[in-house]
Amino acid sequence: MNVAKVLDAKGLACPMPIVKTKKAINELESGQVLEIHTTDKGAKNDLTAWAKSGGHELLKYEEENEILKFWIQKG
Amino acid sequence: MTETKKTTIILFSGDYDKAMAAYIIANGAAAYDHEVTIFHTFWGLNALRKDENIQVKKGFMEKMFGKMMPRGADKMGLSKMNFAGFGPKMIKDVMKKHNAMPLPQLIEMAQEQDVKLVACTMTMDLLGLQKEELLDNIEYAGVAAYLADAQEGNVNLFI
Repeated sequence: MNVAKVLDAKGLACPMPIVKTKKAINELESGQVLEIHTTDKGAKNDLTAWAKSGGHELLKYEEENEILKFWIQKG
Repeated sequence: MTETKKTTIILFSGDYDKAMAAYIIANGAAAYDHEVTIFHTFWGLNALRKDENIQVKKGFMEKMFGKMMPRGADKMGLSKMNFAGFGPKMIKDVMKKHNAMPLPQLIEMAQEQDVKLVACTMTMDLLGLQKEELLDNIEYAGVAAYLADAQEGNVNLFI
């Protein structure tokens, strides 16, 4: 996968992961992929809902050593 | 994408925890690309106060109100377990541990995200608060302006 940007949101609490994701995706072009790392357990539902509502696509989701990883393609 | 959605929040409470909830929702909604308005009335106005003492001309009652109310978001008490001011210290400690953002920073971030912060002018008069004492870059309005936003609102909350 071609990742345009990686956002490290580890350790941040609600609402920061979503606010940072929004800022990061604003800097991308449509079709580019943003990779997000977070440790907030609510992020799975939060980012999934956010991506859907904003017209972006959640391509992939992974959990590794309590780090949640997301790949979102800008719509 | 569909047209812009709107979130409006009335912040009536002057409690730190309730204001925090309001500002977390506001920041989240802004990240959702909503147009967000927080309408501050009654005790909620204290969240907008600057933390320094600003010299303005006031009557006796207004001065008393000004002294008794928290000067700024950081000085507000908790709605539960306030323990005469010890509660906020405890919760701020816990928040630091969990990396939760303190209220003053949440307000700053809301302003960065273009959340519209509105102070209710009628209750400003009641509580004796003047524009000079409140944060810069906020708006002043009444019920009609709030309703104009709220009637198109997709999310409307009273906190």
